[in-house]
This record gives sequence, C-alpha cells and structure tokens, in this order.
Amino acid sequence: MSLEIKNLHAQIPGREILKGLNLTINPGEVHAIMGPNGSGKSTLSKVLCGHEDYEVTSGEVLLDGENILEMAVDARSRAGLFLAFQYPHEIPGVSNANFLRAALKARLPKGEDIDAVKFYKTMYARMDALEMDRSFTSRSVNEGFSGGEKKRNEILQLMMLEPKYAILDETDSGLDIDALKIVSRGVNAMRSENRGFLVITHYQRLLNYIQPDIVHVLKDGRIVKTGGKELSLELEERGYDWVTEEAVAA
Amino acid sequence: MVSAPETHDLPHPSEASDISDIRVDSVGDFTFPERNKFDSGFGITSKTVDYIADVKGDPDWIREFRHKALKIFQDKPMPTHWATKDLENIKFDEFRYYLSDGQKPKRSWDDVPEDVKKTFDRLGIPEQERKFLAGVEAQYDSEAAYSNIKAAVSEQGVIFVNSTEGLHKHPEIFRKWFGKVIPTGDNKFSALNSAVFSGGSFIYVPPGVKVSHPLQAYFRINSEQFGQFERTLIIADEGSEVMYMEGCTAPKFETSTLHSAVVELVAMKGAKIQYVTVQNWSSNVFNLVTKRGIAHEDAVVKWIDCNIGSRLTMKYPGVIMKGKRARGEVISIALANSGQHQDTGAKMVHAADDTTSNVISKSISIGEGRSTYRGLVHIPKHLKGCKNNTECDALLINSNSHTDTYPAISVRGNQHSTQHEASVSQVSSDQIFYLMQRGLSEAEAMSLSVNGFINDLAKEFPMEYSVELKRLIDLEMEGSVG
Ligand SMILES: Nc1ncnc2c1ncn2[C@@H]1O[C@H](COP(=O)(O)OP(=O)(O)OP(=O)(O)O)[C@@H](O)[C@H]1O
Ligand SMILES: [Mg+2]
Repeated sequence: MSLEIKNLHAQIPGREILKGLNLTINPGEVHAIMGPNGSGKSTLSKVLCGHEDYEVTSGEVLLDGENILEMAVDARSRAGLFLAFQYPHEIPGVSNANFLRAALKARLPKGEDIDAVKFYKTMYARMDALEMDRSFTSRSVNEGFSGGEKKRNEILQLMMLEPKYAILDETDSGLDIDALKIVSRGVNAMRSENRGFLVITHYQRLLNYIQPDIVHVLKDGRIVKTGGKELSLELEERGYDWVTEEAVAA
Repeated sequence: MVSAPETHDLPHPSEASDISDIRVDSVGDFTFPERNKFDSGFGITSKTVDYIADVKGDPDWIREFRHKALKIFQDKPMPTHWATKDLENIKFDEFRYYLSDGQKPKRSWDDVPEDVKKTFDRLGIPEQERKFLAGVEAQYDSEAAYSNIKAAVSEQGVIFVNSTEGLHKHPEIFRKWFGKVIPTGDNKFSALNSAVFSGGSFIYVPPGVKVSHPLQAYFRINSEQFGQFERTLIIADEGSEVMYMEGCTAPKFETSTLHSAVVELVAMKGAKIQYVTVQNWSSNVFNLVTKRGIAHEDAVVKWIDCNIGSRLTMKYPGVIMKGKRARGEVISIALANSGQHQDTGAKMVHAADDTTSNVISKSISIGEGRSTYRGLVHIPKHLKGCKNNTECDALLINSNSHTDTYPAISVRGNQHSTQHEASVSQVSSDQIFYLMQRGLSEAEAMSLSVNGFINDLAKEFPMEYSVELKRLIDLEMEGSVG
C-alpha cells in the first residue's frame, strides 16, 4: 500500500517538465515538497491526477499497486486521489452543497443516492471545524470567494471526500495567520494511518502546523534532496541554490 | 380525479430528487404500430384540407379558413433569405398531415387505448397529473387521446378542451380570438398550420379566477413521416391567472418529422398567463412554431421556453403589449447538440405607454451544435415610459460549437429605457478537470456545468419541470460524450 511514483517523465509539447521523478508516499506519512517557482510542483500534482495538458513519456505511478496512468481523471479520484488546487476553479451556478453531493454520489454504485440528512450533518460539522459560514453551502463553487476562502473550500472537499492520498498544492498561500491555523487543524484532523499527504509549499511556516515526516526539494523536474523536517528550516534560511550544488556534487 | 395505472416501465422524473438520479437511454425513443382509421395520405393539396375538415366535422367558416391558409402557404416562399437553408430540405410531399384512430378524447386513462396509455405512462403524464396538475390533455399524432380537468377547476368556469371541441362547443369565445393574435400569413408555417391544424388546447379562464395548479398538454408524435400541427388558444379574462405547460417528444425515425404549431395567448386587463414549454424532440424533427401573446392593460404574458433536441427549431415567442403597463417576458433555454440548430429568440412589440419587456435567453452549443438568437424589440416613437431588458448568454462546449446573436432593437423616441447584454462563455477544460478530479465523470461534469449556467433560469420553471429539465440535460450530455 502506497502511492509510488517511479521515474516519472512528463512534458508539454516541446518541453519536458518532469524529468525522472521518484517518490513514494506510504499511508500515514506526510511528505512536503518545496522548490523554486516553475520547478514543476503543480505539474507533478496535475500529472498525478491525469490532466490532459501533460503527456507522460515514461515512468509509472502506482496507487496501492494499481497503475493509475491509464485511468481517467475521475477514476483516479474515485480510486482515492485528491488534489487541493493551487488555483481552484469557479463553477458558476453550481452550489457548493450540490457539488459535494454530486462528488460523493459519484462514488456510490449507479442508482444509489447519499442520505441527505447525514450529508448535511457531516458537511456542517466539517464546515464548523473550518470555521466556514453556512452561507457557503448555497453559494456557487468558489465564485466570488476570496483567495483564502477558496483554499478553505478545498480542504472542506478533502474532508468530505476522505481520499487515501491527498495532494495540497500551496494551500497556505492566500491564507491569513488565523486561517492557516484553522486549515492546518482541519488537515491534521484528517491525518491517519490510512491516509498519505503530499504538501506542496514555499513556506516553512505551514510545516510548523502540519508537521511533515519527510521533506523533498523539487528542482527542474526532479527530486534533488530529501530529508527530515529540519531540511525545511534550512531551506527557509539558505534558499535553494545550495541544494543544486549539493545535488550536482553528489 | 383520475385513477391512473399503478405500473410504470421506467423510472419517472418527478420521483427524482437530484439531477443525476435517473438514467434512461432516451426519453421518448420508442414507438407503437400505427392503427389509424383516418390517414390524409402523403402531401398537401386542397383535397387534404377537405379530408381533414370532413373528418373533423368543421363548420364552414373553418373549412374556408383552411383553404385560404393553404393558398397563402403555397404562395409564400421559404424565408431562406434570413433563415437557414436547411428549410429547403423539408419535403412537404413526404409527410402525412392528419392521422388519427378516430376515437374521441377520453376522460379517464382506463378508457385510453392500451398502446397510447403505455406511451403516456412511460412519459410520466398520469403520474404528474395526480401529483400537481389541474388538468391534462394528451395528444397522440393529430388528436387528443385523453383530456381531463379536475372538477374543482372546471367548477370555477375554466374551460380546458382540445381545439376541435373548443370551436364546436364555445364558438362565441373561440371565434372572437382565433387567428387574431397570429394572422394566417404571419409566416409560411403559420399558414401551413392554419390549413391543416388539429389538436392543441383551447383554454378560457373567467374573470378573476386564479388557476392554482398548472394545466398541461403533452404532444406525442408516434408515426413516421408525419406532421403534427396543433393549435392552441388561451384566453385569460380580466384579472385571471393561469399557467400552462407543454411537453413534446417523438421517437427517432430514419425520416424527418415536422412539427409546426401555432399558439395564441390573450391576457385581458390585469390577467397573467405563463406558458411553459419543455420540448425534447428527437434529432430529425423540424420544429417550426409560431407563438405570440397579446397583453392588455396591466396584463402579463410570460413565455418560459426550453428547447432541447430537434434537427432545426425556429421559434421566437412574442408579446404584443397592447395596454398600458402591460408586461411581456421571454425566458428561454436552448441546447444544441451536434447535428442540431436551435434558432430561437423573442419578439417584443410595445404598443402602449409604460409597457415593460424582459428577454433572457441562454443557449448551450455542444460539439457541432449551433445556436442562434434572434431578438426583435419594437418601441414606436409616440409612446413613453417603455422599458426593455434583453440578456443573451451563450455557453460553448468545445470549439466547434457555433453561436450567433442577431438582436434587433428598434427604439424610437427618447422616453424609453433599454438595456442589452450579451455574453459568450466556454466550459473550459480546466473546469471539467476540476470537476472530474472530484470524481464526476466527464458527462456528469458537463451536465453540472450546464445546469449551473442555466440555474437562475431553471428556477423560473415549476419544480417538477426543472427536475425534468436537469434530467434531459444529463441525457444530452451523456450522449454527447459517448
Ligand atoms: N500547461 C502548460 N503549458 C505551458 N507551460 C506549462 C504548463 N504547465 C506548466 N508549464 C510550465 O512548466 C513549468 C513548471 O510549472 P509548475 O506550475 O509546475 O511550477 P511550480 O513548481 O508549481 O511553480 P510555482 O511555485 O510558481 O507554483 C513552468 O515553467 C510553467 O510555465
Ligand atoms: Mg505551483
């Protein structure tokens, strides 16, 4: 059982972005990925989820042993992969509650429906945990949400869908200090021995709240360094230049 | 109340609580063998018109009306100078203009012939009737097979019958308004309808009566190579209110089918008529319909129109605001899938001071589907205080889709206020990716996006119909993803 990324190469026409990436996330672990702008962090998250812009030229991604690269985007989601987007999309006219219901229902056998009473109860409890106002249930998905509200909404979806593996792409960006604490609390509540996390961030501060087990540095489409939590502190202090040097030297 | 059969072959729209609750391969794609006692044969001549007039036992003035209309139909060219050339593919000789089993409409579903009853059962009509309707008329090819109004409503003096019965039993009201809102020569297809019309509803609501539940008609085409030409006339007398809903389906035939209705509405002083259409034609139906209402002083005529399916729909519901402070509205949704052209719009004629019109149109074009909006707003110079608001929004799903907007707003004088907004948006691949990442299939993601796009308009439909609408959109999306 694990999310296993083996020698992953992915490109857009004319340009390779992921250049042989290896990473294994076991259930119960929280991995952090840090790395300079444009190094391929969001690309990695989208390739894992099957975004059509990227062509995987070689490598494998195994979700609990199953190669998901052949699977459609929605099938990967239902297999247990979740992405909290760096830039969540707006869906005009579709209420948050209907969206969540539809997403949960998509996980049930055809013809079955979710229990509406239970659904609202769970959703309200999770919104309370994230200190989200009830009005967000009837508002259109992300439409007119502030940057921070969108991020909070991503975590609400995470909490409702209870994936096996969750990728958080810069969930901390746009959050104020209080919101950061609230959202982190939400994520921590979801930590369990059955669930793995990949947390993409630029800031060590998030990692004070969501304590990672392992920290990786992604540069130019490859993991160039892996360490413990202390690595993030070092990166915060020294930046990324030295990491390259070390990798090259190695 | 009518006792409807207890068994249903298919799950039923009004049982659905949510958009993706039911999966049916197709809503109306089934047919039963023909057993017509009366068949006008192929093509249209004065003999066809006489045949229909004979079978229906028309009074002389109607027979004459039909013959005059036939002449106009034959003389009038196709409007292909502005409309699509596809009209030229209509082969008038290859249709039959009147088909019926020769039975009178039944007041009880138990008396309706088995195959016809099964048809409407599958379409959910008896069920809807029990749940929320004040009256139902179910037309099968040229004639109504079933027609019933709840006792409480008829006791208020409301008349709800088919057009034949209307003209025979209520000539004093019928004749006064028939053909007055839409002249025979309005266009080639209104002339065609006037020549061969059969079926459709006649409704009269007495002064001050507010019909609390909708009246519904359902138009079903069962036979191949056939044209359906129903004729509806609704008169809401002073201060009355009525909501009328129509649904339409046809099976998928190899050959094309023609549906060409004429609908006339008259809202007297202070009256309100809401006319709701949810049509779901199969993709070889030419659907060429003329719909117009007159709104007298302080009256409201509101068209809520949803066009799904058909090969070509041309429909521009109109309101003539004849009395002061009258109000006209057109709320329309059109969905054009590959191989379909939805050419729809609205016609607002301000003919008195302080009249208000509102047009909100949303179109969705998928694949090769094509949507056209044609609007006409006319406010003459001698009036004052008239207002028009026009909004048309188009949603494109994939780059082949095609949308055109032809708003014609002729406003003379400076004592009026008009507002026009138009937008075109795309369902982006990133939006679909976002939804699919949450586990929705591509079809479900598109459905949800489309339902979101029309959400504010869907609220204008009665609840049961907005559920139906969502279900139809689901089916369309499923079909378009393959
Ligand atoms: N669909 C695309 N089309 C063109 N270029 C792309 C596309 N996706 C990613 N890229 C490019 O690939 C590189 C990696 O982008 P990516 O978004 O993965 O970076 P990132 O590590 O997430 O950066 P940031 O820290 O700024 O979020 C960038 O140079 C970006 O411009
Ligand atoms: Mg990024």
